[in-house]
Amino acid sequence: MLQFPSPPRHDAAEQLRGDVRAFLAEAIADRTSLQRAESWNGFDRDFSRALGARGWLGMTWPKRYGGQERSAFERYVVVEETLAAGAPVSAHWIAERQSGPTLLKFGTEAQRAAILPRIAAGDCVFCIGMSEPDSGSDLAAVRTRAEPVPGGWRVTGTKLWTTNAHEADYMMLFCRSAGTPADRHKGTTQLLVDMKATEGVTVRPILDLAGQHHFNEVHFDNAFLPETALIGTEGEGWAQVMSELAFERSGPERFLSSIQLLLELIGALRGSESELAQMTIGRLTAHLLTLRRLSRGVAVLLEAREDASIHAAIVKDLGATFEQDLPEIARTLVDAEPDRQSTRDLLAVLAFTMMSAPSFSLRGGTREILRGIIARGLGVR
Amino acid sequence: MSDTGALLAEMTARLLARICDDATMRAARGGIWQQSAWDAAVEQGLPLALVEGEQGFGVPLEEGLALIGLFGRHALPLPLAETMIGNALLARAGLPVAEGVVALVPDGIALRQDGTGWRAAGTADRIAWGRDATTLVVEDGGRIALVTSDFDVTAQGDNMAGMPRDRIAVDAGADVAASTGVSLLEAGALIRALTMAGALQTLVALTVAHVTERVQFGRALSGFQAVQHSLARLASEAAAASAAADLAADAFVAASPQFGIAIAAARARISDAAGIAIGIAHQLHGAIGFTDEHRLHWFTTALWSWRDEFGSAAWWTRRLGRAALAQSSQAYWPFVTAV
Repeated sequence: MLQFPSPPRHDAAEQLRGDVRAFLAEAIADRTSLQRAESWNGFDRDFSRALGARGWLGMTWPKRYGGQERSAFERYVVVEETLAAGAPVSAHWIAERQSGPTLLKFGTEAQRAAILPRIAAGDCVFCIGMSEPDSGSDLAAVRTRAEPVPGGWRVTGTKLWTTNAHEADYMMLFCRSAGTPADRHKGTTQLLVDMKATEGVTVRPILDLAGQHHFNEVHFDNAFLPETALIGTEGEGWAQVMSELAFERSGPERFLSSIQLLLELIGALRGSESELAQMTIGRLTAHLLTLRRLSRGVAVLLEAREDASIHAAIVKDLGATFEQDLPEIARTLVDAEPDRQSTRDLLAVLAFTMMSAPSFSLRGGTREILRGIIARGLGVR
Repeated sequence: MSDTGALLAEMTARLLARICDDATMRAARGGIWQQSAWDAAVEQGLPLALVEGEQGFGVPLEEGLALIGLFGRHALPLPLAETMIGNALLARAGLPVAEGVVALVPDGIALRQDGTGWRAAGTADRIAWGRDATTLVVEDGGRIALVTSDFDVTAQGDNMAGMPRDRIAVDAGADVAASTGVSLLEAGALIRALTMAGALQTLVALTVAHVTERVQFGRALSGFQAVQHSLARLASEAAAASAAADLAADAFVAASPQFGIAIAAARARISDAAGIAIGIAHQLHGAIGFTDEHRLHWFTTALWSWRDEFGSAAWWTRRLGRAALAQSSQAYWPFVTAV
């Protein structure tokens, strides 16, 4: 039976929570509700550097790589507090959450020494080159090819939906270094791409349905990567990527994407005697408390270095459903026409959240993929 | 886990597997008291498993509470959880623990001073195993009382799982003490939360077993993606229910001032989980799961009833909503992280 451990009481983490709140109250005081609703899409290098300067990025990493050697629970507090406050975390988000831990686990000493301190300082933007035009949920169908050549690789192919490629210093590229897509998991490799200095790499914007530019198409045209670009072991890309995804699927970001809308609702309904309002906010609060409990349970497993991939899939699936329900439920409580330009924060945040919601069960593993993982965990796949 | 706790958990699991056999479950659902099953539980000392201090068992409270989840996994048709938590509250209040079967009466009975002593008087409805109880634990106006005589069952009823839910009339002398922080209603709600979380785990196990064995269109049902995804959803809801029950149990153990919030959240969340999970479990079992012969309904009928006992889910949900709406938008997140 699948058990989510009890999160232990952690005094240092709770003390840190107060420090983070005090910092955020000042650092993002002038962010509007609509900006806060951007959640982990808000991009601000200065804010990321300010977090890094306080030692709040890469907190669990060894000190020799710029980390603080603190616990997963303390990192969890920083992450959930910055997200709940609507801070712009996008400039460090991907690097700190998954690229850094992947380099720590599989990278060469040179890669770690050069890059991890920069991530911990909030000074290094990463993007993830996984999806392709013919390889979305079916990641093993990857076509982008790295041909071994003297001194390194020549890479050709196209990556799609690459968040922040237009801002990134590095890409963590998942590609095929041997065989064909028919070989599936075999012959795949992870390579580190210097996005600012590699020739033959073109980034084209893709606007989302709200007209915003977060993701991109990245084209590799015979781009040369040196031997030192190899992450981990050639041909072991699949196993490395699967381990990376557990970091991506369990955190508080998986149920806090719509939190600003919930806060606006609380503000609008405060003290309401309406039984419908009490009932609905009660339900949402119960779901939020439970999701937080589940997610903190995964942090216990990750801290103990236990496999948490099934637990993480459960948190992400339940979390995305909660986040997507929020705009639908909000409409039943307030007479509100969603309006992105409205001067009323609730209406603007409602419109923004509604237009973002479809992505919540797509990014980082679709609902269908997650349910397949959970079913396998139950032994029926 | 402590050595005593591990031993007790193992012994209890073995005991439950033995006493919750087919014949006992069917007889109990017909309203017949299962004396030998009760005696076996008493022999193991379970009625005192949540009592702290010298009177008790010496098991850490969280490990005692975990046993209640096991009762849910078996849909145990005895008021053992009621007796355990009732004794725990009596002992905390400095009252003697009960000799036999305890019924919890969180409202409807008035406690008033009568000369040098106290009297308990009134009627209360839907009392679990009222007809078999030898002791009532009553709460009124911040006081908790022990009543051991002069109460009658005036009407017999049951819940959807055939567990007795009786109307009682009381006019009796009572041992009274001040309540100790946790109300009888909250304590009752906690044992229901824990048993529901346990029963939902059994729904997962039964459903996984069924779809693995049952063959249609030339393959096991578990081979169909639609079935796999429904099963994933069932397991996720069961996991959420366990997390919600654990949240409340931890707050109870820590004597947290947020226990009232935690138990309200647990009851609200588990109610949603049960509704979804029951639907999926029955759907995936097909017609056989809808029969009296199959054991699935031992758990689904119990869940349907338990979710509205000791406060309906609607009542708990509104209570949580009122507490949340007492917050400003700035105070709401700190309210969440305090639980």
